[in-house]
Amino acid sequence: MGECKTFELEQGWEYMQKGITKLKGILDGSLEQFNSEDYMMLYTTIYNMCTQKPPNDYSQQLYDKYKEAFQDYINSTVLPSIREKHNEFMLRELMKRWANHKIMVRWLSRFFHYLDRYFIARRSLPPLNEVGLTCFCDLKVNSKAKDVVLDVKVQRELLVVHVNQLLEKEHSGVHSLLRDDKLDDLSRMFRLYNKVTRGLEPVSNVFKQHITAEGTTLVQQVEDAASCQVLIRKIIELHDKYMTYVTDCFQNHTLFHKAMKEAFEIFCNKTIAGSSSAEQLATFCDTILRKGGSDKLNDEAIEEMLEKVVKLLAYISDKDFFAEFYRKKLARGLLFDRSANNEHERSLLSKLKQQCGDLQLAKEHHSSFDEYIGNNPSTRPGIDLQVSVLTIGYWPSYKSSDINLPAEMARGVEVFKEFYDNKNKHRKLTWIFSLGSCHINAKFDQKPIELVVITYQACLLMLFNTSDKLSYPEIMTQSNLSNDDLPRLLHSLSCEKYKILSKEPNTKIVTQNDSFEFNHKFNDRMRRIKVPLPLVDERKKVVEDVHKDRRYAIDAAIVRIMKELESFGLSTANLGPDIKAIKKRIEDLISQEYLEREKENPNMFRGVEGYAGPVRKV
Amino acid sequence: MRRSASKKTGQSNSTSASITFSATDFFRSASSKASSKEMERIDNLFYSYANRSSGMIDPEGIETLCSDMEVDHTDVRILMLAWKMRAEKQGYFTLEEWRRGLKSPRADTVNKLKKVLLDLEKEVKRPSNFVDFYTYAFRYCLTEEKQKSIDIESICQLLDLVLGPHFRAQVDYFTEYLKIQSDYKVINMDQWMGFYRFCNQISFPDFSNYDPELAWPLILDNFVEWMRAKRT
Repeated sequence: MGECKTFELEQGWEYMQKGITKLKGILDGSLEQFNSEDYMMLYTTIYNMCTQKPPNDYSQQLYDKYKEAFQDYINSTVLPSIREKHNEFMLRELMKRWANHKIMVRWLSRFFHYLDRYFIARRSLPPLNEVGLTCFCDLKVNSKAKDVVLDVKVQRELLVVHVNQLLEKEHSGVHSLLRDDKLDDLSRMFRLYNKVTRGLEPVSNVFKQHITAEGTTLVQQVEDAASCQVLIRKIIELHDKYMTYVTDCFQNHTLFHKAMKEAFEIFCNKTIAGSSSAEQLATFCDTILRKGGSDKLNDEAIEEMLEKVVKLLAYISDKDFFAEFYRKKLARGLLFDRSANNEHERSLLSKLKQQCGDLQLAKEHHSSFDEYIGNNPSTRPGIDLQVSVLTIGYWPSYKSSDINLPAEMARGVEVFKEFYDNKNKHRKLTWIFSLGSCHINAKFDQKPIELVVITYQACLLMLFNTSDKLSYPEIMTQSNLSNDDLPRLLHSLSCEKYKILSKEPNTKIVTQNDSFEFNHKFNDRMRRIKVPLPLVDERKKVVEDVHKDRRYAIDAAIVRIMKELESFGLSTANLGPDIKAIKKRIEDLISQEYLEREKENPNMFRGVEGYAGPVRKV
Repeated sequence: MRRSASKKTGQSNSTSASITFSATDFFRSASSKASSKEMERIDNLFYSYANRSSGMIDPEGIETLCSDMEVDHTDVRILMLAWKMRAEKQGYFTLEEWRRGLKSPRADTVNKLKKVLLDLEKEVKRPSNFVDFYTYAFRYCLTEEKQKSIDIESICQLLDLVLGPHFRAQVDYFTEYLKIQSDYKVINMDQWMGFYRFCNQISFPDFSNYDPELAWPLILDNFVEWMRAKRT
């Protein structure tokens, strides 16, 4: 297509020359511009000349001509203009020409970009950018220039021109002032550069880099979960320290507030020892609240610490992750009654207020249930049962499988249902067996031991009341647990510290070919032992859950909008701030043919008529 | 049928047996007589390339056809021919499709076909036709039933073929990006069309009028971000 036209080198180069001339004009101050068409034509000319068949493949010649274009311009125009000036005017000219040169390199390398892609890569030649810039550096300015630089150093104009170089020099650089905590010098430097237009920018950049570097080092030093807590404390200290700098040395200038914010955002969002900073913060809060932390802080100190944590939270982009992690930790703490002080929790997250209230109510239920059974002996389930009834929206969503309960437990559930339905006719109970715990008496040969396990583990153990030996598939059928849960549960009972069940074959991993038996011979010096279940990788699940929540929120908003408006654009629909997430959802809905773009205005979306219609034919 | 003044025919009605023909009828029958001969030749041309058992031109047949026309079978003009025919299945032409594509240009010989290809290029370039052709190109590559998107590798080739001649720079950079990024492993129709709108509307390479808060497909937002990062 269009290949019947072959460009000769001269012809094509003449065209490029026009573009280069225009570019030079622009550098000299003409108001012309390159529009898209110009750019595309120049780019395509180079492309064509490089993709033509030999002997009209001019890649090498064009590469050479590219370099020549710079050299010609430098020798004919740039060098003379610098040489004819003196002292600081020469320096100014030099700076101006350097800035111009960079622009020229940027544009020419764009036109010639096709060379970068194939010719240069294939021959491992220096790329266009480098070639262009080096042409300027090879420039030979006579030694007069160097002397001038030293002379004029103290003058203001030079500050403007050489600000970057000065900053990097060891003894006067902002960098070393920060490193050595020289507050007075920093204040002085601030006052000086404040007078120069845009003089503060490089200073704030160094400030930002410095904080980022320190923060990142802290983060990288952390190796395990324990030192994470120390890390959070150190980050808080870092924050306090540099905030003082901003207020004292830098007179609360917004540029420095911004630099600090950006620096913290960078390293606060890094992964720390395998988990996100959101999670680490959540753990930190949990520790502080539960025991007042390792330092046993008093109430006031706890509040102060929490306030600082909240400040750090401002830097973390995924705040909803923090909320979710925190809810899960606290929820577990509350449920298993480990929390120390209800008041602090309420002050931190408002949703938890509801959870606390919920627990209070649940406790009241316990006693009225006991009363109920006491008054109706026929209802006695034969086991000691305590049920906590929670309100759905206040708690994280928990998954629970449809496990086959042993008869005794099933009976207990029935009794409770009757009791509850009597009191609350319009409520529906959903049982979350995955969160239950159980004390079960196991009669081993040597002595009976009380096992503290979770409900699922108890259910599995009870299966062995009726069978001596069970295979994995049999256990699966009888318990109705899936391959997601079962291996982990069986593993906790047969392959870990306490081998309540013996496994055949006696390997470390549970497979579908295994069989299990009650281990009569088991013994421990304690009369009651807790048989723990290693937790599933919660982290991944929390991340997934939050993403899911966001998706649902966006979907719900889209459905709502579609009911109100015939068509909507991203701005008219109030779908929230996360444009990327919104666009992802819309993409999904478009491929499911639920949404489509308006033909006349592709920036608007609307629902597809007759959703799930036939595939269109060509 | 009405009798009409037969200025146009130049032949008096008395020469033909049915006096009651109208002028247009005369022409129609005259042209249809001629065209049925042409149609026969068009059909014969079809059969000279078609597979005996399937009654369709299959990939082998297309290759032969291409070499007769002295065109590479990966040439975009073959895709244009398929578009003209509204061919449904990639690599195959049915008789109906063949007739559809070749009837109006009346291509009943290989030489005429070659000319058709030349004219096709111009025809496709027309803005009203180009969008249609561009859309068709995507659909044509959906070879499996229920397939809705095309893998990156194929998309890059298709873009190069179909859009490269018009927006060389944009296509080059975009295909470079597509190969580097890992967010998307396939491209769907919405993204395909979005890119076309992008090339037409957005100033390149500065993207000065690009607004990511408008409903551009996300992949284009990412592309613009990537380009901007490259430039600093």
